[in-house]
Amino acid sequence: MKIDKNTINKIARLSRIKLDDKESEDYIKDLNSILDWVEHLNEVNTENVEPLSNISSSILPKREDVSNDANSSEEILENAPDKLEGFFAVPKVVE
Amino acid sequence: MNNLIKGENHDWEMVIGLEIHAQVKSNSKLFSSSSTKFGSSPNSQVSLVDAAMPGMLPVINKYCVEQAVKTGVGLNAKINNYSVFDRKNYFYADLPQGYQISQYKYPIVGEGKVTIDFKDGTSKDIRIVRLHLEQDAGKSLHDQNPSKTYVDLNRSGVALMEIVSEPDIRTPDEAGMYISKIRSILMYLNTCDGNMQEGSLRADVNISVRKPGEEYGTRCEIKNLNSIKFIKQAINYEAKRQIEILESGGSIEQNTMLFNTSTGKTRPMRNKEEAHDYRYFPDPDLLPLEISEEEIGKIKSSIPELPDQLKNRFIETYKLSNYDASVLTAEKQTSDYFNETINSDSELKNHAKIVVNWITSELFSLLNKNNLDLNNSPVSPENLGQLIKLISTNEISGKIAKDVLEDMFSSGKTARQIVDEKGLQQVTDQDEIAKVIDEVIAENPKMVEQYLAGKDKLLGFFVGQAMKLTKGKANPKMLNDILKSKLK
Repeated sequence: MKIDKNTINKIARLSRIKLDDKESEDYIKDLNSILDWVEHLNEVNTENVEPLSNISSSILPKREDVSNDANSSEEILENAPDKLEGFFAVPKVVE
Repeated sequence: MNNLIKGENHDWEMVIGLEIHAQVKSNSKLFSSSSTKFGSSPNSQVSLVDAAMPGMLPVINKYCVEQAVKTGVGLNAKINNYSVFDRKNYFYADLPQGYQISQYKYPIVGEGKVTIDFKDGTSKDIRIVRLHLEQDAGKSLHDQNPSKTYVDLNRSGVALMEIVSEPDIRTPDEAGMYISKIRSILMYLNTCDGNMQEGSLRADVNISVRKPGEEYGTRCEIKNLNSIKFIKQAINYEAKRQIEILESGGSIEQNTMLFNTSTGKTRPMRNKEEAHDYRYFPDPDLLPLEISEEEIGKIKSSIPELPDQLKNRFIETYKLSNYDASVLTAEKQTSDYFNETINSDSELKNHAKIVVNWITSELFSLLNKNNLDLNNSPVSPENLGQLIKLISTNEISGKIAKDVLEDMFSSGKTARQIVDEKGLQQVTDQDEIAKVIDEVIAENPKMVEQYLAGKDKLLGFFVGQAMKLTKGKANPKMLNDILKSKLK
């Protein structure tokens, strides 16, 4: 797999990151070298090997269904640049 | 049954599949301990996990997993011992994480099916593709301010079950019946409160049209419909729109649509040039979810009688029709009410059909008129049972019983009290009825003449007059018989 200009632009757009031409060039180089390195893994024969989803053999920890009744609004809104009557206020998203 | 829409050159068939989002009934959210209560003040139930503060880690709610398994069993579906949580990446103001934790390749529940029942006694299976667990998003308010959107994260992180059907649905009515059936199963299981108004249950509808027998056409998806009425309206509008395009030589563009509930029209969502690319990948914060057969067995054994089982039991025990039994079992409160009514007197078991009719037509229409539902019915099952017994033993006529029910409804008195107080017992004395008929005949000689000359319709007039004199209490069958024999 090769990363080209179109791919890098698409990734940047999906990530909401603005890249200038110089940055795009740099990232194309970086990502390609990472991908090349990872491609080495293709040399290993993985036939009949189940995909490994995690390296620890631990099992997913679970919680009991208990809710805390703390009122979070003050703490949650503390760092909000803009708020109104308990709501976050953000630039209009129309749909 | 004709499911087709007439077209210019040939008929069209709708092909419909539903994605239902059902909020899991639980105290706390899927990955945090915040409360799930509806209608609290904005942002009051938001933990640092729900707000996606850096470094916060999700911990799964055991009960939500059990609820999903329970629902899977209720949908006759395969429960997967191994499932995986993935990140579905997109940007939106009410999604603080920038991704929704969902399940993609390995959902918790696999293929299943539900059955819908038609009025004519036939039924149809709708296949389920899967059910998976995911997080709900926050809520955005767009119409409060011309330049701002307001965001409430209380709903952010509440557990959702997404139930995906195969495109087995062919009409708007079937779509309505399917979602009603799912809602009913969820409510019997107590895994979702089924409240569509509050958004606990909502659906995305996928729809395309085709010439019957041909390949599926290109489909459009209508997002976020929260009532059965809107689902039907949206499907009807969208099918018509697609047919118009195809018949004028155009082609359908695969698109995501929004339904405007005030105009009844669908329109495409903006920024369609940016096709969604969710870049699903396994969430590194969560290990795979493993459920043993033993755990599944334990959950299975806790499952109550479901609508279809109850329906079959009603059909067998009370010899009800498939349709009557499915109406009774559609909502748990209805089947509970029926059970209590019919068990209130051992006699009533032989009059099950009458009990069904009195609940589903007379009582329901009174409740509707007064904007009440069965849970707060002023007439208790025992009292309705008593009224029906008075009918079945011929103590009062069905017609009078309707008035008695209305009286019970408004006064809270029992049927017995009202019948005794007002002296409504049916007159079944031959001589007494005959006497009244003689009176009517004597008072209306002209009518009698016309009737005897062949104007049969006048029989109704005599019945009416006689009923009036007895204040509606004469046994209708006896009245008719005696009247006919006297007017020969």
